[in-house]
Amino acid sequence: MKKLLAAFLTAVLWAPACWAQDAAGAEMGLDERINQAISPVTNAIAGVIFYSVPVSDEIGLPVIVVWLVVAALFATFYFNFISVRAFNHAIALVRGDYSNPKDAGEVSHFQALATALSGTVGLGNIAGVAIAVSVGGPGATFWMILAGFLGMSLKFAECTLGVKYRNEYPDGTVSGGPMYYLSKGLGEKGMGGLGKVLAVFFAICCIAGALGGGNMFQANQSFQQFVNVTGGEGSFMADKGWLFGLIIAALVGVVIIGGIKSIARVTEKVVPFMAIIYCTAALIIIIMNIGQVPAAFGAIIGGAFSPEGVAGGFIGALIQGFRRAAFSNEAGIGSASIAHSAVRTKEPVTEGLVALHEPFIDTVVICTMTALVIVITGTYTAGGGMSGVELTSLAFESAFSWFPYILAVAVILFAFSTMLSWSYYGVKCWTYLFGESKSMDLLFKVIFCVFVVIGASMNLGPVIDFSDSAIFAMSIANIIGLYILFPVVKEDLASYWSRLKSGEIKKYGGH
Amino acid sequence: MTNSLLVGVDGSDGGSRAADFAASRAAESQTQLVVAYVIEWSPYSFNTPQENEERHKRREEEITRAESDVVQPLLESLKARGVDAKGIVRHGHAAEVLSQLAKEEGASQIFIGRRGLTKLQALLFGSTAGSLVQISPVPVTVIP
Repeated sequence: MKKLLAAFLTAVLWAPACWAQDAAGAEMGLDERINQAISPVTNAIAGVIFYSVPVSDEIGLPVIVVWLVVAALFATFYFNFISVRAFNHAIALVRGDYSNPKDAGEVSHFQALATALSGTVGLGNIAGVAIAVSVGGPGATFWMILAGFLGMSLKFAECTLGVKYRNEYPDGTVSGGPMYYLSKGLGEKGMGGLGKVLAVFFAICCIAGALGGGNMFQANQSFQQFVNVTGGEGSFMADKGWLFGLIIAALVGVVIIGGIKSIARVTEKVVPFMAIIYCTAALIIIIMNIGQVPAAFGAIIGGAFSPEGVAGGFIGALIQGFRRAAFSNEAGIGSASIAHSAVRTKEPVTEGLVALHEPFIDTVVICTMTALVIVITGTYTAGGGMSGVELTSLAFESAFSWFPYILAVAVILFAFSTMLSWSYYGVKCWTYLFGESKSMDLLFKVIFCVFVVIGASMNLGPVIDFSDSAIFAMSIANIIGLYILFPVVKEDLASYWSRLKSGEIKKYGGH
Repeated sequence: MTNSLLVGVDGSDGGSRAADFAASRAAESQTQLVVAYVIEWSPYSFNTPQENEERHKRREEEITRAESDVVQPLLESLKARGVDAKGIVRHGHAAEVLSQLAKEEGASQIFIGRRGLTKLQALLFGSTAGSLVQISPVPVTVIP
């Protein structure tokens, strides 16, 4: 473990040393130097994770995307469309219909869902969708929705296991997530050795994912949006990504290291509000253009099977949709399992059922709205090669000229709350690897803040590739474990479902 | 168990006036007095993962504090006055939990203090007495 830590720190420290070297001669900005130093490393990692099988001359099919979709498809059939069967029951659980009033004061199902959602609803829904539509055409939306629907069953399984195999400490705090169900769950099956290896692999990838998609990607996209609204190229901040990064890093640091709860609380309260504003604005644009909605759906469904002008055709659209959906709702990745484990329930299955709604809200509802706005306003063709958050911003701007300002605030807040969530996931994996101690905790948080600055200073390409690859790598260990543990979940689900149907599990009156 | 009396306390002056008033009613009618302390809490708030992780611990602390600081001392003084009393501490929305407890404990009446809010304060912070009067299944006595 110590060796691993040393290797990691070397990697972190190596980058700044590199750009310090060529700082002397070159006339480059600080941003570009950071970029140049890190790109080769991130490109190499992305190359390994996204190893592609060539489908045609133009496009390859990344094996990892197949891996995720096959698992989600398998889970959907294996649990007999639990996402449809339990949809209404899950709503009743979130509303607290089945919560014993005597247990009031513990983390409720609603709170666990809201916390997990604030980690996933974010830039993936705004920027990720724009990337999918600009690269894969409107048809990518169809595959994104389908992947979101399939992801529900996978999310159900991983969150059930997260609660079932979590660690409870004498002081009443809990730690859960894939690293615990991989080691303990596989241990029960007599595969303790494999479980341990997978758990460690998962934890390492999760730390990288926390620093990549949960941090650098967020910092990068919020900086871009900030530059956009403050005057684009001519903005006083345009070439000062590092400065923006420092400010965000300071704010993140104050919350996660300084323990200033008030900032975290304000964020947690403002974020749902911003999500509502975002969805309302999207709905208004959709309703204003209601006449074009059938045509937009036509483009989405038509484009899904026979897209025009998309590299790789149908497969190209499919890959973009699946890839963005997985990045947005994180089903199969294992991250949400860490957040959901905090709930106190006698029935781990209930938490899994509640978690079903996460990919639904995140991908099927919010991502679809973003996609519809981009498709309806036609900005994905008129955008002139724009991608990411700029494209979404342009699409909303075509309806409300002032919307980019709101979006900039929303993007920065979403990014901030996602960073807070991922810093928590990262800390959990870090302490799983290096032991639970105050100094280890602090060390990770400091590294996390350094990466905020790095993320804000880089071009979009290297950051996205790195964040994608790190987050997708988590799914390698997680899904191997899930396949082995699916029968455990199925057994628990069958027991819960029969007790629910027989009336042994009842609603509590008075609500 | 029927025909007990329920009083809501929160460690404030209004609460102890209500407890005092309810105690004399309970003594007169020889019924049990249920002393309820409701810790304001909503299942629909938004928390950070860190807060969720520590929630169980905080809840235990909140309950212990409510019992040792308010409920236990009150029960002792009630016992000294010869009133048969028991205490309950629970999380939730005060008015809703008191209504629920009235049903659970078979209380025939609820006693509650008031904070003497102005209209604006009541609008902003909500008045427990005001909402209890609206939803309670049994008569409510508000002690000024």
